[in-house]
Amino acid sequence: MSTAIRLRGLTKSYGEHRAVAGLDLDVELGEVFALLGPNGAGKTTTVEILEGFRDRDGGEVAVLGTDPHGAPLHWRDRIGIVLQSSGGLDLLTPREILRSTARCYRAPRDVDEVLDATGLTEKADDRVVGLSGGQRRRLDVALGIVGRPELLFLDEPTTGFDPQARRDFWGLIRSLAHDGTTILLTTHYLDEAEQLADRVGVIAGGRLLALDTPADLGGRQQEEATVSWEEEGTRRRVRTAEPTAEVARLAARFPGEVPELTVSRPSLEDVYLELIAPHVTDETTEVPA
Amino acid sequence: MNALALGLDRTRLEVKMYSREKEAVFFSFLFPILLLALFSVIFSSQFEGGDNGGMTAARYFLPGMVAAGVILTSFQTMALSVATERDDGSLKRLRSTPMPPVAYFLGKVGLVAVTSVVQLAILLLVARLAFDVPLPSGAGRWALLAGVFSLGLVGGTVLGIAYSSLSTARSIGAVVIGPQLVLQFISGVYIAFTDVPQWLQQIASLFPLKWIAQGMRAVFLPDGLAQAEMAGSWEQGRVLLVLAAWAVGGLVLCVTTFKWFKRGSV
Repeated sequence: MSTAIRLRGLTKSYGEHRAVAGLDLDVELGEVFALLGPNGAGKTTTVEILEGFRDRDGGEVAVLGTDPHGAPLHWRDRIGIVLQSSGGLDLLTPREILRSTARCYRAPRDVDEVLDATGLTEKADDRVVGLSGGQRRRLDVALGIVGRPELLFLDEPTTGFDPQARRDFWGLIRSLAHDGTTILLTTHYLDEAEQLADRVGVIAGGRLLALDTPADLGGRQQEEATVSWEEEGTRRRVRTAEPTAEVARLAARFPGEVPELTVSRPSLEDVYLELIAPHVTDETTEVPA
Repeated sequence: MNALALGLDRTRLEVKMYSREKEAVFFSFLFPILLLALFSVIFSSQFEGGDNGGMTAARYFLPGMVAAGVILTSFQTMALSVATERDDGSLKRLRSTPMPPVAYFLGKVGLVAVTSVVQLAILLLVARLAFDVPLPSGAGRWALLAGVFSLGLVGGTVLGIAYSSLSTARSIGAVVIGPQLVLQFISGVYIAFTDVPQWLQQIASLFPLKWIAQGMRAVFLPDGLAQAEMAGSWEQGRVLLVLAAWAVGGLVLCVTTFKWFKRGSV
């Protein structure tokens, strides 16, 4: 078995609203897969069906070879879920809650190792109520990985992080991926998907609109590049399929450095916004969170 | 690990959290003890002199306070904590692990057992040492105490867990404490049951607290007072039967209505 997640024709409706309208998706073992989409796209619904928290209306679902609906408890031994926020831990310390959670799993990670990997060693014996937002989020991740999962669900993991905390967090995710953990990431941040994901799926209106590596999504690599520079106080732009030749011409024309020279292709964000544009008009009905 | 070992571990965690929450310790754990002390001091003059057969305020109020303690540590603690845990995502988090659900409930039962037994011990100690209340005499009374106490706790625990589904964390406090306070007043906890109008007595008889209080009076009060009861006797057998029925009914209600996720979330 090399498929961690397999979806075929997944559907789910809330009354009249079709939250997921026939979704096909394969996530390979060992892959970091990012699911992108605007609010109400069906991301959360899809992920909750995969986690076994929500029932589907139709379609086939296999997560680590098992249908999450009515999956046996030992299936949960192999998956880790980082929830959007774990409340109710204020009165305990990270070490206490991790130790108790670890006991539920058959082959858990060492608690000290997990504390170290998530940068919580210094706070291990402080009450959770005194942790910063970033530290709490890392505790959520620690709880998700302490069972040594083969597949980790990460739901908008860095919302509210400062830039340094995000960089540190990405390092943690990379090291998990490096150790062979399959990761399904949902995020609003395109740079995060670009940094972490092997492949990106964009969903809106409950359908998969695009599926590719972050670099190639929406044919980005085939798009013309834009070469731009400053000349006589104005910004000049040339769209070209041969940016190298254009830069060589500029280099010959200017005596030294070409002022403010940039060569760019459409960013992941540009491609993403173009993809979802038809779906974010008045169709952004919120699904029950 | 098996469910029993995990349940024991959950108990340790629950007791830790409970003891660190000052509000819970004060309003459910120490409250009956403080009230017993307060009532004993306030009403002591009313029991002085005369031919009341050695009755003191402390002895008179002890059964009610033991009954209130049972309801507070089981029903109130469960209703409040489970509603909060459902809302703040604790239950969802536990559900995302391979922990067998029964371990969670065992942890709750363990918490109730530990807090209520310690509370009862302190109540009896304070009553005995500070207010010179005689402890129950004879194995029969101690056995009745064990029976009423444990059936009351089991019923209170499962009913509290079922009750938690009625509301959200934001308003569960009012939803639990309001009706419970009314029940305490009409069930013979704060006010002698004989002073409660008959129609209110009948309403109180529909709920378990009245039966716990009556059972505790049978444990702690002299037999001569039995004739003041509704039926003219302690009705020990009926007390145990009613409490057992509540425990079984509560368990069924708890099992059939329990939700791991808050309303509208899944």
